[in-house]
Amino acid sequence: MTTERPLLAFALMDAPFESARTTTALRLLDAAARRGCDLKVFAYEGAVLLPFARQQAHPNAVHGRSAEEENHLLPKDIVAALVAQAAHHGGNIDWVNCGLCVDERGAGDTIAGVRRGTPNDFWQMVKDARNTLVIPTHG
Amino acid sequence: MPNYLFIESRGASTRDAFGGTLAGALARDGAGVALLLVQNGALAARHGASAPLLDDLTAAGVPVFADEFALLERGIPRDRLRPGVEPSPLDIVIDRLLDGWQVIWH
Repeated sequence: MTTERPLLAFALMDAPFESARTTTALRLLDAAARRGCDLKVFAYEGAVLLPFARQQAHPNAVHGRSAEEENHLLPKDIVAALVAQAAHHGGNIDWVNCGLCVDERGAGDTIAGVRRGTPNDFWQMVKDARNTLVIPTHG
Repeated sequence: MPNYLFIESRGASTRDAFGGTLAGALARDGAGVALLLVQNGALAARHGASAPLLDDLTAAGVPVFADEFALLERGIPRDRLRPGVEPSPLDIVIDRLLDGWQVIWH
C-alpha cells in the first residue's frame, strides 16, 4: 500500500541577502520537507537568484578575514540542502524559476534541480497542491 | 466557512498591522482565525508593547502565536510575553496548510 504525500505550493519573490522573509520562507520549506511533503516552489522576481550557481563566498579585507573565516551562508547551498532534505524524507522539491525574471537578471546559471518556467506553472501548482502560500515582498 | 491563519512580519506601528481589519472582521463573522507573529512582528508580543490592534484581536478571542525563533533572535523570553500570546514553532504554518486553512502572509 502506498501513501500519497501531501503537495504544498509556495511562491517566493524576495531576492537573496535582502530580507528576513527569505530566511522565514526557507525555514518553512525545511519544515515541510522534514514532514515528507512534496513541494512546488515558484520563484518570481528577485527570488530567481536564490539558486543562482555563481554565488560566491568572499573574504572580508576590512575585517582581515579569509573566505573560510567569513564562512558565508549562501542561499544556493540552502536550496540544494532543501532538495536533499526532501529526498531524505521521501519527498521532492520541484523548483521553478520564472523565465522572464531570470532573463532580466541574467540568472540562468542555476544549481541542479532548478528548472525554468512561466506563471502558468504556478497556476498549475496551485491547482495540483493541497494548499498554497504566497510570500509577498512587502510583508 | 474556511479557517484563516494570518502571518504578520511587520512591526506594530505599521498601518493595519496584524491584518487587524480583515482578521477581526472574519473572526466576528464566525470564521476560525489565528495570528502568527514572525520576524519583527514578534516585537509586538512583548508585554507592554503598544499594539492596540493586537489587543483587539486577542479580546475577540483570536489565538495569537509568536514564532519561537523570532522571539529567541530578539531576546524576548516567554515570561515577558503579553497575555494571550503563545510561543510556537514555525511548523504551525505547515500544520495549518495541511489542514486546509487559508494562510495569508499579510
